[in-house]
Amino acid sequence: MGPYWAIVSARFRMNLQYRGAAFGGIVTQLFWGLIRVMIFTAFYASTTRPQPMTLPEVITYIWLGQALLGILPWFSDSPEVAAMIRSGTVAYELLRPADLYWFWFARVAGARAGRLIMRAVPQFVLAGLFLGLQAPHSPACAAAWFIAMMLAILLACAIAMVSTISTLWYIAGDGVWQLLPVLVMLCSGAVIPLPFFPDWAQRILDVLPFRGLMDLPFRLYMGHIPPAQALPQLGLGCLWIVALVSFGRWLLSRGTGRLVVQGG
Amino acid sequence: MRDSVRLYFRYLGISVRGQMQYRWNFICSTLGHGLITGIEFLGIWALFARFGSLRGWSLPEVALLYGIISLAFALADGFSRGFDMFSVTVKAGDFDRLLLRPRSTVLQLAGQELVLKRVGRVLQASCVLWWATGALHLPWTAAHLALLVGAILGGACLFFGLFVIQATISFWTVESLEMMNTVTYGGCETAQFPLSIYRPWFRRLFTFVVPLACISYFPGLALLGRAAPGLPLLLSWVSPLAGLLFLLVSFRVWQFGVRHYRSTGS
Amino acid sequence: MSHIIVENLVKTFFVAERRAGTWGALRGLVQRRHREVRALDGISFAIEPGELVGYIGPNGAGKSTTIKVLAGILVPTSGRCEVLGRVPWRARIATVRQIGVVFGQRTQLWWDLPVVESFDLLRDIYRVAGLEYQRTREELIALLDLSPLLDVPVRQLSLGQRMRCDLAAALLHSPALVYLDEPTIGLDAVSKLAVRDFIRRLNRDRGVTVILTTHDMDDIEALCERVLLIGDGKILSDGTLDDLRARVTTERRLIVDLADGEGEVSDPQAVVVSREGGRVTLRFDPSEVTAAELIRRVTANHAIRDLFVENPPIEEVIARIYREERAWAPTGQS
Repeated sequence: MGPYWAIVSARFRMNLQYRGAAFGGIVTQLFWGLIRVMIFTAFYASTTRPQPMTLPEVITYIWLGQALLGILPWFSDSPEVAAMIRSGTVAYELLRPADLYWFWFARVAGARAGRLIMRAVPQFVLAGLFLGLQAPHSPACAAAWFIAMMLAILLACAIAMVSTISTLWYIAGDGVWQLLPVLVMLCSGAVIPLPFFPDWAQRILDVLPFRGLMDLPFRLYMGHIPPAQALPQLGLGCLWIVALVSFGRWLLSRGTGRLVVQGG
Repeated sequence: MRDSVRLYFRYLGISVRGQMQYRWNFICSTLGHGLITGIEFLGIWALFARFGSLRGWSLPEVALLYGIISLAFALADGFSRGFDMFSVTVKAGDFDRLLLRPRSTVLQLAGQELVLKRVGRVLQASCVLWWATGALHLPWTAAHLALLVGAILGGACLFFGLFVIQATISFWTVESLEMMNTVTYGGCETAQFPLSIYRPWFRRLFTFVVPLACISYFPGLALLGRAAPGLPLLLSWVSPLAGLLFLLVSFRVWQFGVRHYRSTGS
Repeated sequence: MSHIIVENLVKTFFVAERRAGTWGALRGLVQRRHREVRALDGISFAIEPGELVGYIGPNGAGKSTTIKVLAGILVPTSGRCEVLGRVPWRARIATVRQIGVVFGQRTQLWWDLPVVESFDLLRDIYRVAGLEYQRTREELIALLDLSPLLDVPVRQLSLGQRMRCDLAAALLHSPALVYLDEPTIGLDAVSKLAVRDFIRRLNRDRGVTVILTTHDMDDIEALCERVLLIGDGKILSDGTLDDLRARVTTERRLIVDLADGEGEVSDPQAVVVSREGGRVTLRFDPSEVTAAELIRRVTANHAIRDLFVENPPIEEVIARIYREERAWAPTGQS
């Protein structure tokens, strides 16, 4: 237990040193959330048309999104891996006795979980107490939400793995590749809650994996999707995770094979 | 003075030539950037499709505001990269080299890079603006055109000034830099919608502290022929000057930061 | 007029203190403590036009701090300083226009541009007249052998090539005074010699005043008549290398290689310092016995294959001065 505790406390201390960054990040997120809440409040006050969600639900959705923004998969997830690939030292990684894919996956998952806790918990508390974030609709909803969040983390890591591994072929930040993170944001509900998109668009979005990152867990939390209907949706999410992980592993084997052939 | 201007354009020329070397990359990046920023407007359009209006404002009217602020931001974003990236520069210790040259640090940083791909957003915002002015049947007098251009340029000055202030903060701390995003990117998003929809303290923040209202909301109202509550119409026409003023103030703040750097050494 | 006058220069920094342990880190969240560090503790010296001065000392002694103050980048806490007749930090642009600075570990050239374009840009930055620029540039290219490098982007140059280009870049505006900070660091032997040769010619033929900061004692011995030794923010020595040595010891060393690899070497006026296989190192005092006399005696009494005489390594001398200084310094300074 000794060495593990040492690592945990060292990590903890390291995070404390970056208190400025964490504080800054939280303030920024809260500010953004406020802007969007005000915008939606104004929209709701301007119409009597029925909307896909009520205003309190939208507000909850927005605050959940701000708190859990860290879950979205970015290229910057594993800068060490990206740097390794660029410099070619990724060849050394092949010498590890462990399965490379899961090794990287664990790294990404660990980093994501850490970041989430650091930023999400304070925001949850603040938004819940002062800014209109409502409690889960029912214990069953909370449970469904929790499961969906676990899946969301796995899904995010799987997507991040695919994008990182693809840098073996393409340089990540270039040209059209910059479009991908923004599309992911759009399709997950981070820009606008998905129910507000036109109905024809929603049918497409329902099939894509990205809504599993934010839209699905949030709507389970609010009871907008009743827990009873959760199973088939979560099942689809699982299928996507399996598909993305398999694709990522296949890509990696192709990519490392290519590396070995080229001599690193 | 003229010599400094010439040097500035020389710097920019070098930056542009460097980027044009990778022509295909430039085209892709510009397209990508235009599409990415275009998604913002997609969101606004979707919301108007659902709600119909926003406190009496229609989609073309909001699009006018969107066009002005996006163009202003894109221009500033494209020209102020030296300041935007300053936290990296100062951390690497490269600011000393700038101080060792017989030129103002502002000139050297302003000329560091011209990010060509921002043209993508410029084009996209221009299209939105074009559509909006058409849909609104705005009268195109010289005064209107001057106000529109003035608002965009004033806004560019304002955002440039915000990047300068962001860079100045790097002299003290690099960690809390993210908070500046609330006024730069956050300001951009805020000003896409009419200021009247926000809470009073918010409105005051973005009128008197960071004068966003002066470079988008007030000129927008003036272009639409409306008067802002409590503000004589005449003032609305000259309010973009607040952006220029803000930029000048930010340069003073910058000098203060440089003085601090030179006393503490890092 | 002296090129540089420094009088009682003091510079203190405040360094944030990190506390140990988890509890300390938590307290650090709320309350930050600062420690005062005297990087420069009242240094004084003057440098005349045309001098080539070596500025040496351990890491953290205050060398970079001094250079930064002299260049006008850093404002000192107290004291007087004049460079080329001006107070450097008050007249930054005017001062900087007349000096050249080379940092060994960092290049001032633009990474993606061909070397010659960096040069041209510097011409515009320093406002050098066209004809004068052409002349100076051609001279520097010839002296440093840069013609094959002119169209190469800086990022593709080797370290030695880059250093030569940086030297030229610092001199394009014909400064009267030049600071060189570790110009030979990491260079191969050939490049080092080329750089040394260039610095020597720069100083002797063109009268450019040079301050050379380096850890390489061979550079110092080859180039500098005058050496300033700084330690813990104070000038510990200001004079020639021999003066420096004499401060610590007048000793010299005689190293002999025995013909048969064995046997003892002894002399009444010398002390054996070390023995390694057939090599014996003897220490002696030239005021007691001359080197020639000692050699005569040793070769007469022993079978010697080879021998040479040397001074104690400068690094040792400096280390000893430094240790002495530390022993005398008042405690509780920081």
